[in-house]
Amino acid sequence: MRISRDRVTSLVVIAPSVLAVAIFVYGLIFWTGYISTVKWDTLRPDYTGVGIANYQSIFGQNRFLMDIRNTVVFTLFFITASLTIGLLLANLVDRQIRGEGLFRNLFVFPMAISFIVTGVVWKWILSPGQAAFGTSPATPQGINQLFGLDPATNRWFTDPHIDYISPGSPAYGILHDIGLGFITSPNIGIPVALLSLVLAAVWQMSGFVMVLYLAGLRAIPEELKEAARVDGCTEWRIFRHIVFPLLLPVTLSAMIILGHISLKIYDLAVAMTGSGPGFATDTPALFMWQTAFRDDHFGRGAAAAIVMLALVAVVVVPYLVWTRRQEVES
Amino acid sequence: MSRKTPPEPPDAAVQPTAEPPVRGGALADVLAARKIDPLDIVVVVDEEEEEKPRTRVRSDKGSRGAHSRGPRARITRFFLYSILFVFALWYLTPVYVLLVTSLKPTNQVFLNQMWVPVWPPSLDGFSAAWTALAPNFLNSLKLAIPAAIISSMLGSINGYVLAKWKFRGADTLFTLILFGMFIPYQAILIPLVQVMSNVGLYGSIQGLILVHVIYGIPITTLIFRNYYAAIPTELLEAAKVDGAGFFRIYRSILLPLSATGFVVVLIWQFNSVWNDFLFAATLTTQPNWPMTVALNNLAGSFSVAWNVQMAGALLAAMPTLLVFIILGRYFVRGLLAGSLKG
Repeated sequence: MRISRDRVTSLVVIAPSVLAVAIFVYGLIFWTGYISTVKWDTLRPDYTGVGIANYQSIFGQNRFLMDIRNTVVFTLFFITASLTIGLLLANLVDRQIRGEGLFRNLFVFPMAISFIVTGVVWKWILSPGQAAFGTSPATPQGINQLFGLDPATNRWFTDPHIDYISPGSPAYGILHDIGLGFITSPNIGIPVALLSLVLAAVWQMSGFVMVLYLAGLRAIPEELKEAARVDGCTEWRIFRHIVFPLLLPVTLSAMIILGHISLKIYDLAVAMTGSGPGFATDTPALFMWQTAFRDDHFGRGAAAAIVMLALVAVVVVPYLVWTRRQEVES
Repeated sequence: MSRKTPPEPPDAAVQPTAEPPVRGGALADVLAARKIDPLDIVVVVDEEEEEKPRTRVRSDKGSRGAHSRGPRARITRFFLYSILFVFALWYLTPVYVLLVTSLKPTNQVFLNQMWVPVWPPSLDGFSAAWTALAPNFLNSLKLAIPAAIISSMLGSINGYVLAKWKFRGADTLFTLILFGMFIPYQAILIPLVQVMSNVGLYGSIQGLILVHVIYGIPITTLIFRNYYAAIPTELLEAAKVDGAGFFRIYRSILLPLSATGFVVVLIWQFNSVWNDFLFAATLTTQPNWPMTVALNNLAGSFSVAWNVQMAGALLAAMPTLLVFIILGRYFVRGLLAGSLKG
């Protein structure tokens, strides 16, 4: 078949973008991978190969291991809370309420704001009061003052404690019996300070989940629900057996998007807590940036970046392949 | 419940009706099965909003007739609105704190008086914040506006090719491009600094514009590709028969239909560039800092009063918030389009 002039034009037009992505996404990822195997740990590049030493170095640092734990904990709480709140709000808003548009906009507007702004405001709201800064007696402020909480015990993002499953709790024995004893390690618990970060992140992102669910709900034919009602289904059964299964694809999309955001979370932590008490709110993204650009250990920073990329890829690549297949089938 | 012994519907009767769309997978397919364009959904939603009076009448009848009646319905409604109001309060709390604190005179910002507004309001905070941040505010404008415009033009032409001039492997290429919008930018940051230094763009706003345009290619291409896919190919075929070429078709058929697509993409890019912190903090230096970096720096210093910090935060949020308030529905369409594949 002869190749038409328009065909050539179309290829020429898209070539610069393809080239840019090829170089700046794939090329630079490749280059980061290379840097992660060289010595480079001063300002001046040093391309002496060191094999996997940089990876051994970061995985040998308690801070990086805590960062991985923080990411897992953050992701679990962030996704669960955002999905629950998003689904709840979508269902409430979808019930032909008065002022629907107003409520919808109220729930979505945080999406238009920078994580930096969110972090600065929530840091101010969640500041526990003076006890956290070593003076006594404690004067509650912010959220503690609003709800009459004691700043000595409600320390929000300044709390250094890690909640873990202690030997006294019933779960401890069960987990050890089924071979999951490692979960009870004090290193694997939930850093209390991290939950403040989750609170701010959920504030920002749950409206987005609501929008997704709302679109999903409105795509469900009313006749389907009506038919079930005629058959005598209760509203709960309709939700459980018709609406919920139809929302599963939306849930998956939302999980992927929230998941890859939480694996990369950086701005919010920077603005709100930094690394937090005892690295309780530290994340791999913070580790990477400080290791590379503050401490000039570029080799180790690159290794941390590649670990982050691997974490994101595990979540995103199957999703992209799956959506691609869906498209081919339809 | 007032209804007597509802005949239990056998699960089998419910399931089959529910099944076919599920098998489709992504939301896009559910929508496709119903012949709904994902971008249209919110339009439908918005149209409902505009004819609210009628909708409400219908719903009142509906709820009294079909579902339940009387006091029970009223109690349900009461709970419904209560939950909504609680959530609305939660979403508004930071806004309240921002407004109240930023309007306090500097000598009346007390840590334990955070929830109490001060009357009369004072512009101390705003004038101090503006003095500190005005140059950075301008930087952000000089950064976000050109980046959004260039990105949308690139996205439009790319979307046109990938939707209407598909070549062998075009879809695979598209998936490969899409991956670029999910990567953690940390994975390219170190070499990116090297590249920008080597071409002499490190530290400059122009360099940052270039970076945002390049890493904006995946999302802008995605939105336009899906947008153009909805335009019937027959239209293009007819134009081809009439002798129109690649650019002629783009100019006379696609572009006139693209206004909405451009608004969605412009808003999306303006938002993400304005709100970006990672690239800005890594690739620019002080006089060229955009708003987010300058605000973080201001808020990080202990000597800056809280009213100034809050005023600064409000200034940083203002442009994107204004866009959201004026063009909210397009913002939401961008959110949806950005999360739907195919």
